[in-house]
Amino acid sequence: MSAQAGTRVDSVGSARTPNVGGRTFYVLRRWPVLPALILTTFGLAAIFAPLMAPHDPYQGTLLDERIPPVWHEAGTTEFLLGTDPLGRDILSRIIYGARVSLSLAGAVIAIGTVLGTTVGLLAGWYGGIVDDLLMRLAELNFAIPFVLVALAAAVVFGPSFGLMLVMLSIYSWAGFARQIRAQVLLLKSMDYVALAQVAGASTPRLLLRHILPGLISTVVVLMTLNVGLLILSEAGLSFLGVGIPGPTPAWGSMVAEGRNYIAENYWIALLPGLAIFLIVYAMNFCGDWLRDRWDPRLRQI
Amino acid sequence: MVRFVIRRLALGLFVMWVATVVVFALSRAAGDPRYLFVSEYSTQEQWEEWGVRFGLDRPYPMQYLVWLGKAVRLDFGDSIYFNDNVWKIIPTRFGASFGLAIGAYAFAVVVGIPLGIISAITRGSYWDLAGRAIALLGQAMPGFWLGIMLILIFSVQLRLLPTSGMGDWKHYVLPAVTLGWFPAAGLLRLIRSSLLETLDSEYVKFARAKGVSGRKVILKHALRNAAVVPLTYGGILLAAFITGAVITETVFFWPGLGRLSVQAVFNTDFPMLSALVLLFTAVFLIANLLIDILYVVIDPRIRIQ
Repeated sequence: MSAQAGTRVDSVGSARTPNVGGRTFYVLRRWPVLPALILTTFGLAAIFAPLMAPHDPYQGTLLDERIPPVWHEAGTTEFLLGTDPLGRDILSRIIYGARVSLSLAGAVIAIGTVLGTTVGLLAGWYGGIVDDLLMRLAELNFAIPFVLVALAAAVVFGPSFGLMLVMLSIYSWAGFARQIRAQVLLLKSMDYVALAQVAGASTPRLLLRHILPGLISTVVVLMTLNVGLLILSEAGLSFLGVGIPGPTPAWGSMVAEGRNYIAENYWIALLPGLAIFLIVYAMNFCGDWLRDRWDPRLRQI
Repeated sequence: MVRFVIRRLALGLFVMWVATVVVFALSRAAGDPRYLFVSEYSTQEQWEEWGVRFGLDRPYPMQYLVWLGKAVRLDFGDSIYFNDNVWKIIPTRFGASFGLAIGAYAFAVVVGIPLGIISAITRGSYWDLAGRAIALLGQAMPGFWLGIMLILIFSVQLRLLPTSGMGDWKHYVLPAVTLGWFPAAGLLRLIRSSLLETLDSEYVKFARAKGVSGRKVILKHALRNAAVVPLTYGGILLAAFITGAVITETVFFWPGLGRLSVQAVFNTDFPMLSALVLLFTAVFLIANLLIDILYVVIDPRIRIQ
């Protein structure tokens, strides 16, 4: 019912939207052109970091410390976005940072999706005690303050890429499981599933052939909507100094490094934060767009 | 209703129990707590004596039970860093965090609700576009970066507001905006989508068909139903505040619980950290239970389901 209502609202909306703005605006509003461009740029930067970065992201000389970006009078074209307190090129560090951020978010989202979808599928399909147990487990994730546990774990085991991967994966699956479970409950009551059951389909076949395909749009939408949140979480932990350990360029820790220089050398903190903001913005935008197209039921999140 | 509350309380106890296991496991994984006291003048006898005093001579499950027995009576011992009982330190920091949370909530409500309403009732217009853009901007900005940028603009450049610390009302503005920004964006989106759904519902259509004026439909029918949204959002908001406080208080050197917990972590002050993690978990669980009960009281449709 709510799914129907959602579609209806949206179809009315898209019929009305062309009234504002000209044809260019129409295209820009209908397709996520700008976000797609941002994502492609960062994606390419992440993959081809060694080719694109003008300098070594780890090495700098103190002679080059805190050179302003090129739009300043004192800026040079050698360091387009300026340098940090150790004389390292900020542009190169942002490019390599994309690699760190995106590979971590990508790996976590893959683990979270597989884990969350499996749990949601089982909980929704079997119901009863299985459902109760798995969903209580998911609720744990929301109740216990994740950031403190992640902080403590990093101090105990030492911050590393692997630890971040584990912590963020533990954190991310629960949200998936909840939404997937709801969708499974919806599909389970559909006539075609009952018919397949009557026709003698086995449980694995029912789950994999009849339920899973119906979940794909939900899964893709949730993935896109969650990537932004994961990048923000990673950046937050890196900012606190317990995320990706230095000297690996992570955007969050780059902002932390620039914080003490904010009065005189604002660009050191501004630019990496801008990178986080742009990529999360683009991701969320695409997520919203996909959701409105494919799965209006999820409109509340 | 009573059954619902009892069930939730039982679930809450289970969650608290898991939290104790996590905290205890982390504190033991951190290594033998005796190393925090040991100096070059310590003797083997002292080491053994500490072992007996802290119960470290017993196996882990026994240690856990002893610790749990004390934790149930809210006895977490002395903070290693402050060298004083944790319950003497925590109340002195609570007020700062509470004040900040109130400020952030006020900001989120004042910004999120009106913009959400305007965005929904002018759907498809430039107002709506602006509203949605603000929501997207708000949800994409990392809190720590926003805080630093606000300091750059309002403290360093304009010299209007203090950069950090606590004092008169001016000290509250930047941290409250930083902490409230993300919730404001979330509230805006939620109000907008729930109002749109209500405007599309049968009873609003019926009211319109009856000839009720557009303004009256929105004020009397739609908004009333959208009013539960900030409440439902309350639970998520609280989680966002707890996480956000850790970061915001670090950026602004705010003397609250968030910064206290960061300090506890970096000082491997596990008595303090255990108390704080369990406190946050308990606050979250109780608040969510209250919200769910309030929700049923306010919105009769839930009861029917």
